[in-house]
Amino acid sequence: MSKNPEFVKFDKVDKSYDGKVLVVKDLQLDIAEGEFITMLGPSGSGKTTCLMMLAGFETPTHGEILLDGNIISNIPPHKRGIGMVFQNYALFPHMTVYENLAFPLRVRKVEKDKIDKKVDKALSMVSLSGFETRMPAQLSGGQQQRVAVARALVFDPAVVLMDEPLGALDKNLRESMQYEIKHIHESIGVTVVYVTHDQSEALTMSNRIAVFNDGKVQQLSNPAELYEKPVNSFVAEFIGENNTFNGEVVDIDKDKCKVKLANSEILANPISVKSKGEKTTVSLRPERALINPTDKMDNMFTGKIEEVIYHGDHTRVRLNLLGSSEFILKVPNSTSNLELKVSEDINIGWNSTDARALDPK
Amino acid sequence: MSSETKQILTTDGIPLEVSLKKAEKKNKIKAFLLVAPLLLFLVITYVFPIGEMFSRSIDDKMITNMLPKTFKEMENWDGQELPPEEVFAAFYYDFKALVEKQEHGKLGQRLNKEKNGFNSITKKLFRQVKRKKIDESISIKEQVMKVHKRWRNVEYWQAIKRTAPPYTMSKYLKGMDMYYAADGSITQVDEDRRIHRILWLRTLEIAFFVTLFCFLMGYPIAHLLATLPMKYSNLLMICVLLPFWTSLLVRTASWMILLQQQGVVNDFFVMIGLVADDNRPEMMYNKVGTYVAMTQILLPFMVLPLYSVMKTISPSLMRAGKSLGGTPFVAFWKVYFPLTIPGIGAGCLLVFILAIGYYITPALVGGASGTLISNQIAFHMKQTLDWSFASAMGLMLLSGVLVIYWIYNKLVGVDNIKLG
Repeated sequence: MSKNPEFVKFDKVDKSYDGKVLVVKDLQLDIAEGEFITMLGPSGSGKTTCLMMLAGFETPTHGEILLDGNIISNIPPHKRGIGMVFQNYALFPHMTVYENLAFPLRVRKVEKDKIDKKVDKALSMVSLSGFETRMPAQLSGGQQQRVAVARALVFDPAVVLMDEPLGALDKNLRESMQYEIKHIHESIGVTVVYVTHDQSEALTMSNRIAVFNDGKVQQLSNPAELYEKPVNSFVAEFIGENNTFNGEVVDIDKDKCKVKLANSEILANPISVKSKGEKTTVSLRPERALINPTDKMDNMFTGKIEEVIYHGDHTRVRLNLLGSSEFILKVPNSTSNLELKVSEDINIGWNSTDARALDPK
Repeated sequence: MSSETKQILTTDGIPLEVSLKKAEKKNKIKAFLLVAPLLLFLVITYVFPIGEMFSRSIDDKMITNMLPKTFKEMENWDGQELPPEEVFAAFYYDFKALVEKQEHGKLGQRLNKEKNGFNSITKKLFRQVKRKKIDESISIKEQVMKVHKRWRNVEYWQAIKRTAPPYTMSKYLKGMDMYYAADGSITQVDEDRRIHRILWLRTLEIAFFVTLFCFLMGYPIAHLLATLPMKYSNLLMICVLLPFWTSLLVRTASWMILLQQQGVVNDFFVMIGLVADDNRPEMMYNKVGTYVAMTQILLPFMVLPLYSVMKTISPSLMRAGKSLGGTPFVAFWKVYFPLTIPGIGAGCLLVFILAIGYYITPALVGGASGTLISNQIAFHMKQTLDWSFASAMGLMLLSGVLVIYWIYNKLVGVDNIKLG
């Protein structure tokens, strides 16, 4: 079966709640069948609104949403056949786990023994077999979350929406649930639209990530590309850590440009700058800058260590470099580690291809 | 603690348990002193009056104290034939003592309640005693029987014997339209005189329907209150609570202005041509008035508990219900409604119990067909001064409420009530 690359399609969707401010602006987004796509962004960026429009709880102010080629803007939520996992699970507190899972099947008038089978299967998928008669209040947060996932999947929806489903869990549980949801997605191949503001969650789970800000998709790409090649300074800032230099382009050719900072010049990779004289923000990942590099690198500077913070698997070093005292380095903690002492000078180098000259902040 | 566990000592060597008790004792005393005024207040204003009401409702000591010798002699009388000479004599001496204290009239009235006809024959006996016509040296029985033929009728003596116990349930029976017949059995009063039973049923009926109306009107309001944005819900809340801040009398009076035959509502009906001017419906001084006014007055008691429960229900539950394929109605009925049952229970119980004992509103707008048992109680308190009967009915009402509470507890469970 060939996968439909436009299984879910947002076609020029605008959304406004008060007629004055657009929370979603001219959204154009195609989601392929079987894909795990994450809408990532800070709160108020419009990502949850998009999800609610897809679920049918909000209507687009302008534009259409298509599911498998059909316009669904006028179909009420209960007829869309879209499963949804809510932020606080939204398990029905007066029903047992079994009744919660049977709810979507009962309203679809599925026969009793078929319901039993499907509930069984869904519960074993989230490894909660034997919990049928428990009430939601008797389950831990993680177990409730699994029930919510099972309930959203039990009626075999074409699309499952997840609205920050792991937000209420503690860190360790959240991480293991991320893998679990990812594996469930891989094994049943359902299309998942996932909303979160946690970038590491998005990077771990998704096929593609749509970074939202200010009602717009800033970048839509796979996790690696998103991290390595952010297209603008918002994405660079939002995904992962990031050292920035603000300056002005003084020289530019095809894959290299010279950026003038307050009192020095660096070489960078021109991404969104086109010509001399443009203002730019250069973004560099902390792990791309090396201490005392052995290879020849085209940016070499000396900085003073301001702070050393031990993080277990790595050490963070804050440097005063090129007039900024916020330059962060990540040094892996291996046996051959060098002594890092505050107020010592060290040599730092990076390649100009890793320093991306983006739009000015 | 099992005997094997080693007793834990504090650093001073005092057992931990003793030390703990000592430390908590002060707090316990403080806590008790804080609730003591309320406890005292409750005992004085609630427990004591109810006890007093109960003893008053079954009290029948007055006549027991009036005829001490008679009742003593009557203990040996089987109550079948006319009593022997000793009983007549004892009665005569008791009566003579009452005449000296000028209390014979009370005796006549009391006995007359037990059996009609006593009033006139005690008056006749009084005249004989006063004129000293009765010769104490010969058979008193013969002389008393001559005073009036009813003194020769065994039924009257049986009636006196029935009043002997210092306690009686007759007031409770009267409240249920029953009485002790001449032979001591419990009998129903004639059908055309059964007023109390009608009142009880009407009280239950009105309380039930007022509760129902309050529920039907209060549920959507409470839902709106719980789901509207803050600035509108506050306004609506004020609208709901406004009647609370107005005097009950003022509210009832305004319903009188609205509902009377020349009132605002009738004027409006005539104006829009719903009813003819000469055929204005009576909406007051009957059940309609009681229903309308009581529903409005008791509505906040339904809305508030419902609101407080609905406020805690996450809106995402309804959304979940819909996204899982339930129509809005199914999502409401299967998800939302069951979660509001604690609020419904609390609201209904509150409104029903308040309605069952409601007084002012039915008294003012109820007329003859809209008055409740509480109005009857007030009537006996103020008009007939039969306080023991009023007490008996008050206690019957109280036990009725307790029975309803008990049934409710069996059906819904008191743990499921949520007032806020």
